[in-house]
Amino acid sequence: MATAALSEQSAAQPAARLDAATRLHMLQQMIEVRTVEAQIQELFLENIIRGTTHLCDGQEAVSVGMAATVKPARGDTVTCTYRGHGHALALGMPIKTLMAEMMGKAAGSSKGKGGSMHLTDMQHGLIGTFAVVGAGLPISNGAALTAQLKKTGAVAITIFGDGTANIGTFHEALNLAAVWKLPTIFLCENNLYGEYSTYEDTAPVPNVADRAAAYGMPGVIVDGQDAEAVYAIMSQAITRAQSGAGPTLVEAKTYRYRGHSRTDPAPYRHAGELDQWLLRDPIRVLSERMIADGELTENALAQMRQTTAKTVEDAVKWAIEQPYPINESVYDDIWVQ
Amino acid sequence: MPTITYREAVVRALNEEMARDANVIFFGEDVGKAGGVFKVTPGLWDTYGNDRVRDTPISEAAIVGAGIGAAITGMRPVIELMFADFAAVTLDQIVNQAAKMRYLSGGQITIPLTIRAAQGGGVGFGAQHSQCCETWFMHAPGLKVVVPSTPADVLGLLKTAIRDDNPVVFLEHKGQYAEKGEVPDGEHLVPFGVANVVRQGRDVTIVAVQRMIGVAMKAAQELEAQGISCEIIDPRTLVPLDMATITESVKKTGRLITVEEAVHAGGWGAEVATQIADETIWYLESPIVRITIKSGLIPFSGPLEDYVTPSKDDVIAAVQRVMTP
Repeated sequence: MATAALSEQSAAQPAARLDAATRLHMLQQMIEVRTVEAQIQELFLENIIRGTTHLCDGQEAVSVGMAATVKPARGDTVTCTYRGHGHALALGMPIKTLMAEMMGKAAGSSKGKGGSMHLTDMQHGLIGTFAVVGAGLPISNGAALTAQLKKTGAVAITIFGDGTANIGTFHEALNLAAVWKLPTIFLCENNLYGEYSTYEDTAPVPNVADRAAAYGMPGVIVDGQDAEAVYAIMSQAITRAQSGAGPTLVEAKTYRYRGHSRTDPAPYRHAGELDQWLLRDPIRVLSERMIADGELTENALAQMRQTTAKTVEDAVKWAIEQPYPINESVYDDIWVQ
Repeated sequence: MPTITYREAVVRALNEEMARDANVIFFGEDVGKAGGVFKVTPGLWDTYGNDRVRDTPISEAAIVGAGIGAAITGMRPVIELMFADFAAVTLDQIVNQAAKMRYLSGGQITIPLTIRAAQGGGVGFGAQHSQCCETWFMHAPGLKVVVPSTPADVLGLLKTAIRDDNPVVFLEHKGQYAEKGEVPDGEHLVPFGVANVVRQGRDVTIVAVQRMIGVAMKAAQELEAQGISCEIIDPRTLVPLDMATITESVKKTGRLITVEEAVHAGGWGAEVATQIADETIWYLESPIVRITIKSGLIPFSGPLEDYVTPSKDDVIAAVQRVMTP
């Protein structure tokens, strides 16, 4: 993939046609993420989850398309932002474990010590979800360095938002990755808003991917609502990374249906914008394609939604019953003894 | 026992640990081909090559972050910040990420990272290249903080730091790089959390680190002639901090002075003083005195920098003050 002066549009690339089983798995995962996020919103309103949260409804295709390319067995790692529930679930964190962590229970992924913004699942390659914008990018470079030195063929994927493209660590990390030809993949979820501010008000170039050329790496735009397209682009970036050619900046155009965080009703949205994006709902995009290809029926889809609703409901009940950590656990895991 | 310099102790520790463990890697600005701006790490790049010793761009956040990520995924990185003051450029990576990731992950993350940096003044580099910054890191649980004062301690503590599975901030004093000292034969490791009683005494406990040990020793010599016997303690590591040795000493002497080349408010001296006040107050014969940088900020002009830095005379005056009923 040659470095382009301008970003390549995903329309110019052949769409991936994945096998029915992989498609079904990705669809199932997207339905799970959607259902989990909706439940989490309810639990907040019922004060069963405290603090804040950053939901990813609308962005599920990026999570599942990315996750389908990740192989923890070869040493792949992922870092992402606090809007990370979808990524954590798609990478393999059990729903129960996520729910328990959201509620601050001992059975949570971080034993209740981290919460929504610090989901970690080393077993599945998730080094962390990061509460500070941009913090994960330099760290993913470190994982990529290990892969380079140990020649494992592993890649380090770091996922971040459009707002991150304006913070210092973005620039430092892209620069270092390119200079050292690290197998890092910079995956930007451009959902058009950095907190309450529009992308256009905070960045002087039309696409985040336009910045790639300044750092000597290819910048590729992909339709973030199409899980198969995300998969295809990520696979290409992985192949490039494994060849020793270095990093890629992938910009997934996507949209979040909800506000930035719990307390944000998103009054800054342009009129009609949400409705436009709902027409390209990622679950709808993939399921309609599968139905057209004869791989899925409306009934089967409805069944998947029903079953998932029950699974998530059971996970919530289970998590509610779990105990809180004991007070003494506040002293655990500050140090390696 | 051979005699080496403080800077030679650094590269010796790195050589030994890199030879011992192939996972130890080292990177920073101009540390490789140039051997470091303070000429502390010559020869490492020649020996180990670009895989294990790398020069980086001027990107402190990227450097520390790469160290964190490599540490999480199985390497034992040593990274250098050219000046400790530059830690401020990348404070998020150090105190929000390296210090906290293990806790926030419920113990899933281990970060065996060593961050080396040159701190301290007396060389005319001005306020942004001369501060002793240890307190920034003491206030971030999850980080160990090391402040060696002799070549033997540099050698032994840096080796321990590299072998420690926790993130360690290893603060060398740039004004001491040329100082000489004896190091034991063979492998020399110094554990964290064990203070060194540099000088035994009866009348007053003086706690100091790095360059201030030399200042305290000069004061102690003069005071001896006046019949006052000073005990000088070098904690060597501020996290973990060996309060047991300091407490035992204060119980003996009843008087405590700290000498810090640092900002007065909230320095490590305040921590030591408060812990003594917590647990050992009934043994004190006089108030605790903390000697620190007079202005907090370090001026450039030579006479001014000398003036603000704790001196032998400052220590003597403080001792006479606590000895006077």
